[in-house]
Amino acid sequence: MDAIFIFEQLLNGLGYGLMLFLLAAGLTLVFGIMDTMNLAHGSLYMAGAYIAAKVHEASGSFVGAVAVAIALTVLVAAVVEVLVIRRLYARDHLAQVLATFGLILIADDAVRAIWGPSPILAPTPAALAGPVQLLPELPYPAYRLVLLGAGLAVAVGLYVLVNHTRTGMLVRAGASNRVMAEYMGVRVGRVFSFVFALGAALAALAGALMGPIGAVQIGMGEAILIPALVVIVIGGIGSVRGAFVAALLVGLVDTAGRAFLPPALRAVLPPSLAADLGPALAGIAMYVLMAAVLAFKPAGLFPARA
Amino acid sequence: MPMLKRAALAAALCTAFAAQAADSVKVGIALDISGPFAALGAESRDGFDLAIEKLGGKLGGLPAEVVKTDFGGSPEQAVQLVQRYLQREKIDFFTGPIASNSALAVGPALFAAKVPFISSNPGPSPYAGKQCNPYFFGQYQNDTYDEAAGKLANEKGYKNMVIVAPNYPAGKDHLNGFKRLYKGALKDEIYTKVGQIDYAAEIAQIRAAKPDAVFFFLPGAMGINFVKQFVGGGLKDIPLVAPGFSADQDVIQAVGEPMLGLYNTAHWTHDLQIPANAEFVAAFRKKYDGRYPTVYAAMAYDTIMAIDAAVRDVGGRIEDRAAVAAALAKPSFQSVRGEFAYGRNHYPVQNYYLRVVDKDAEGKLTNKLVGTVLEKHQDAYVGECGM
Repeated sequence: MDAIFIFEQLLNGLGYGLMLFLLAAGLTLVFGIMDTMNLAHGSLYMAGAYIAAKVHEASGSFVGAVAVAIALTVLVAAVVEVLVIRRLYARDHLAQVLATFGLILIADDAVRAIWGPSPILAPTPAALAGPVQLLPELPYPAYRLVLLGAGLAVAVGLYVLVNHTRTGMLVRAGASNRVMAEYMGVRVGRVFSFVFALGAALAALAGALMGPIGAVQIGMGEAILIPALVVIVIGGIGSVRGAFVAALLVGLVDTAGRAFLPPALRAVLPPSLAADLGPALAGIAMYVLMAAVLAFKPAGLFPARA
Repeated sequence: MPMLKRAALAAALCTAFAAQAADSVKVGIALDISGPFAALGAESRDGFDLAIEKLGGKLGGLPAEVVKTDFGGSPEQAVQLVQRYLQREKIDFFTGPIASNSALAVGPALFAAKVPFISSNPGPSPYAGKQCNPYFFGQYQNDTYDEAAGKLANEKGYKNMVIVAPNYPAGKDHLNGFKRLYKGALKDEIYTKVGQIDYAAEIAQIRAAKPDAVFFFLPGAMGINFVKQFVGGGLKDIPLVAPGFSADQDVIQAVGEPMLGLYNTAHWTHDLQIPANAEFVAAFRKKYDGRYPTVYAAMAYDTIMAIDAAVRDVGGRIEDRAAVAAALAKPSFQSVRGEFAYGRNHYPVQNYYLRVVDKDAEGKLTNKLVGTVLEKHQDAYVGECGM
C-alpha cells in the first residue's frame, strides 16, 4: 500500500464527499431554516440527472445541459413549493414526511412515464472521458477532477453567500431563531422560497454532475438521500459549515472503508470470513461514524441553534 | 342412503374433473422492471412477450393467461408477490426474477405449493446442490459461466488476476466458479455493494495490484459503470475477462468502443447457427427495432417454449403437478441454445461458448462467437443433490 494509492483514495473520498455536500447543503438549509423535512429532495437530484442526460444527448453541450437541468429543476421545485411545501411549514414533521414521501412516489412514476423504466445513460463529455496524468504513477479520470473543482467552487460560493451577504444574514437569522427574525422585520416567507429554490438548484447540479459516472435511473434519489441525511445529522441540522465538514468526513470514511478495510481484515482473519465481513463492515462505516459523533455531540458537530 | 350416494358422486366428479384437461394455463411472472436489474428485467420481458406472441397467446394449445408484475428487484417484495400469485391468482407456473437472491427467497413457497419455477435467469448454487427440488429448473448454474472464463484465462496465460463481483449470492457463486478452473494466482478478490455506482476505490485497488487481467461479474448498470470508470481511470491496457452477463448487448450499447475485444463466456450467443435460434433472433430484431437480443431475452423466450412443450406433453392436464415437473425435466422443445439435457438436479448439461465484442457487418458493436470453451459441461454441485 503505497503513498500514491492512499492519495488516489483520498481524492476519491473527497470527490464523493463534495457531491454529498451539494445535496446535503440544500437539505440542511431547508430543514434547519424552515424546520421542514423534505424527503423529496432526492427526487430533485434525480430530475437534474435525467434532464441533464437528455439535454446533453440532444444538444451535445454538457455545460448547457447542466444549466438547463438546474433551471428546469428550480422551476419544478418552485411549483411544488407553491402547491405543496408552503402548506406544510406550519404542520408537524409527520405530516411533512408523509406528504414529501408521496412526492417521491409521484416523481418516480412521472419519470417512469416520461423516460421509461430502464436506466438511461448519461455520456461523459468527450473531452473529459479519458484520464489525466496527475502524477507519473497516477492517471486520474479527468471528469472526476472537474467534479472536485465544481464541488469546491460551490462550497466557496455558499460560504460567501451565507456568511458575507445580506441575504445570507437573513438566512442565518431565520435558521437560528425564526420567530425573533420575524419580529425584527425579516420576510421569512420570501427567505423560505429563496432557500428552497437554492436547495433545488444544488440538488439538480449534483444530479447533473453525477450522471456521467453513475447510472441514471429511477430511485437514484432515494439511494443518495440516506447518506445525505447522515451528513446533515453529523454536521448539525441547519449548518452549511457542518454539512461541508460532515460530507467530507462521510466521503472519506466510506471510501476508506471500501479501500482499506477488506485488505486489513484479510491480513488478520481467515480469507472466507474476511471476504464476508469486509464488505459488510465497509457498508456500515458511515453509520458507525454517525453513532460515534452523536454519542459525543448529540446536536451534531456544528449545531445551527446554539 | 342419499348422503353416501351424493358423496360418491361428488368424489367421482372430482376425479373426473382432475383427469380432464384444464381450460387455461396461468403463468405468474415477477419482473425486474425497476431496481438494480431494471435493464435486464426489461430484456426478459421482451423475450417473454415475443414467445407468447409467437405462440398466439396459447401454451401447449391452451389459452394462456400471463400475469406480469414488477417487484423492483427486492427479495422481500418478490416474496409478497409470490404469495399473491399463489393464493389469489392460483398460478400454474412461475418465472421471471433476474437475481439469485430473489430466486432463493421465493423458492420455498413455490416448492411447497408444487408450482414449477422455471428460472429465466438465476442459477443459484443451493438449488443445484443440497436444496435441489423437483419443481425448480435452471437455465445454467451461476458458477458455470465463470468456470468457462477461468479456463479461458488459463489459455490466455494470465498468471495474476484481480476478480470483482457484487456482494450477494450470485456474486459469490460466480467468483467461486472462476476460481474452480483458474490456475493462476489471485492478487485480490473484491466484493462490491449491489447496485454500486462509484467504483473509484476498487479501480485504485486494481491499479495498485497491477494484475495481468481483471475478471469481473457485474451485471447490468453495475458493469456499465465499472467499465466506463475503468477506462476513464486509464486502465484500458489491462485486459478484462467476463462472464457473458458483464458484456451483453445492454452493456455494450451503453459503454461503446471501450468494450471492443472483450472476451466473455456464455451458454448462448445470437450468432449460434441453430435454426430455432436464427428464427428467434430474426423475430426479436424485427419486433424491437433491429436491436440484438441479450442472453436474458433468449432465456425468457426459452422458458415460455419449455412451458408450452410441457403443457402439450402432459396433454393439458396441468393439475397433475408431478407429471408436469417430469415433462419439464425432459425438454421436448427446440431450444435457442441448441440441444441440452437436464442433470438430475434439473440444471442443464450444455456447451459454453467464447464470445468477443466485435463489429457486425453494419459496424454495430456486438458479440461474435469465437468457439466452444466447455462441451457438455455440468455444474459442480450436482453431486450434493439427493434427487
